[in-house]
Amino acid sequence: MSDNQDKQQGGGMDYLQSLPRRWVVTYIPLGIFVFVLLFPFYWMVITTFKPNEELLARDGNPFWVSNPTLAHIEKLLFHTAYPEWLWNTVVVSVTSTVVSIVFAVLAAYAIERLRFQGAKPAGVAIFLAYLVPPSILFIPLASIIFELGLFDTRMALIVSYPTFLIPFCTWLLMGYFRSIPFELEECALIDGATRWQILVKIILPLAVPGLISAGIFAFTLSWNEFIYALTFVSSSEIKTVPVGVVTELVEGDVYHWGSLMAGALLGSLPVAFIYSFFVEHYVSGMTGSVKE
Amino acid sequence: MFARLQNNRHALGMVFMLPTVVLLLGLLAYPLGLGTWLGFTDAKIGRVGEWVGLDNFRYLVGDSVAQLSLFNTLVYTVIASILKFVLGLWLALLLNKNLPFKSFFRAIVLLPWIVPTALSAIAFWWLYDAQFSVLSWVLTQMGLIDQYIDFLGDPWNARWSTIAANVWRGIPFVAISLLAGLQTISPSYYEASAIDGATPAQQFRHVTLPLLTPIIAVVMTFSVLFTFTDFQLIYVLTRGGPLNATHLMATLAFQRAIPGGSLGEGAALATLMVPFLLAAILFSYFGLQRRAWQQGGDK
Repeated sequence: MSDNQDKQQGGGMDYLQSLPRRWVVTYIPLGIFVFVLLFPFYWMVITTFKPNEELLARDGNPFWVSNPTLAHIEKLLFHTAYPEWLWNTVVVSVTSTVVSIVFAVLAAYAIERLRFQGAKPAGVAIFLAYLVPPSILFIPLASIIFELGLFDTRMALIVSYPTFLIPFCTWLLMGYFRSIPFELEECALIDGATRWQILVKIILPLAVPGLISAGIFAFTLSWNEFIYALTFVSSSEIKTVPVGVVTELVEGDVYHWGSLMAGALLGSLPVAFIYSFFVEHYVSGMTGSVKE
Repeated sequence: MFARLQNNRHALGMVFMLPTVVLLLGLLAYPLGLGTWLGFTDAKIGRVGEWVGLDNFRYLVGDSVAQLSLFNTLVYTVIASILKFVLGLWLALLLNKNLPFKSFFRAIVLLPWIVPTALSAIAFWWLYDAQFSVLSWVLTQMGLIDQYIDFLGDPWNARWSTIAANVWRGIPFVAISLLAGLQTISPSYYEASAIDGATPAQQFRHVTLPLLTPIIAVVMTFSVLFTFTDFQLIYVLTRGGPLNATHLMATLAFQRAIPGGSLGEGAALATLMVPFLLAAILFSYFGLQRRAWQQGGDK
């Protein structure tokens, strides 16, 4: 009975399909999708551990490593500025994420719960702000950053990332706050709690899943940011990982594929790692923000 | 003082909004205006520009590279968005079936979307290498080609290669968002239509698609927006080459403004993207929204 129930909910009427048919219609296409989507990562890993002779050899099986080496990673960590880029990326991502979340919590609470005069247009404005792409903003922002004297500092990135993080986090948190019943807040108000107490003691604890989603999204977005980091920073020791790998590891015509791939791999691991812990939050946050 | 303020939700709302409003006005709204203004000046890096009226725009309209970049951007956006939609919808339908390890597949499929684009683009750069590409290697071993493909050296090859990389990165977002939409469709619709004798194709056409339209509208609006303003992928893979064949408006604006130094011209180019962007958003949003409304899908 319960098994039947399960089938009904999970896959609709899929159980009516015969096994060979399911292979052709479902498993093989899905296998191809997964293979194509993951192959570049496999290639990243394989190249990272391949010695140079094997990388440039045309014969032999390119899909496997016969003599794995750590030389590329060693070169990356001890002979380039890579550790500094990693550190910069961590500092910039963490700071801008924390700042954005704090700002976004206040704004989302005000728009969604205080419903002050003009809350509705404010909500729409926040959504529109999220639609402004960085590639049309970076030129004027560069001249503002220059005038503020922040050019070529980490601060330049820390102040500019919230411009896309805050609208996104506010939008996401508004959805979460909306799902918390109003009655809880009314009870607290009758008991004499102030708005600040309600926010800190009732709303925030209930919105922890939302805060986690917003935090992971904001962290990934700032870790992956490229165009601002490329434009506002020029000294090697202040670059972030994506910009550093793209601009500094490519020297002349001879590409050091091994260390380039090692750089790409190590730069992807932290976000993949965080993501693997919070997949469910991530997916629900993503779908939640789309459903609005 | 703070206690009294807390009794007035309008005042408290203003206070809570203040940090966000200040930051977004100063670093989002103001730059947006400044960018438009810069487009009408001959500003260079480190030098305030003079008002030159429509000179930048007049120059860009007659500039063959700018024209080519507009063409490239439209080709890139249209083809990549269609492919992302078709393949993403297909993947969503596959993931919506009763599968073993369903949540594992769902998690792993999102990876291309999670990792920094600039870094996965480097992996594609290596896959597209003219001499050592493993894709060419496989095709030669299979006997399909006799010499290695110059993925990024030939204009149309380069366009297709960058589009493929963009589609690779965009599919997970489309698929997972549409999957969320698919899961909200009640199985009873499928059962009812099956009893009435509908084939799977008819079910897809008359049940799945209409109910999914509102989410498709939102997802594709975002997808078009991201694709039209794409920068990193092109910057890493080709820097606009060969012969400017893959220059998008965003990469050309960057090249003119930052390494080239003429902020005014770059800003004008960025401003020129806005109307196309608005048109794309309005088209995909209202176009699809209206269809949903005609079919009674609107509230």
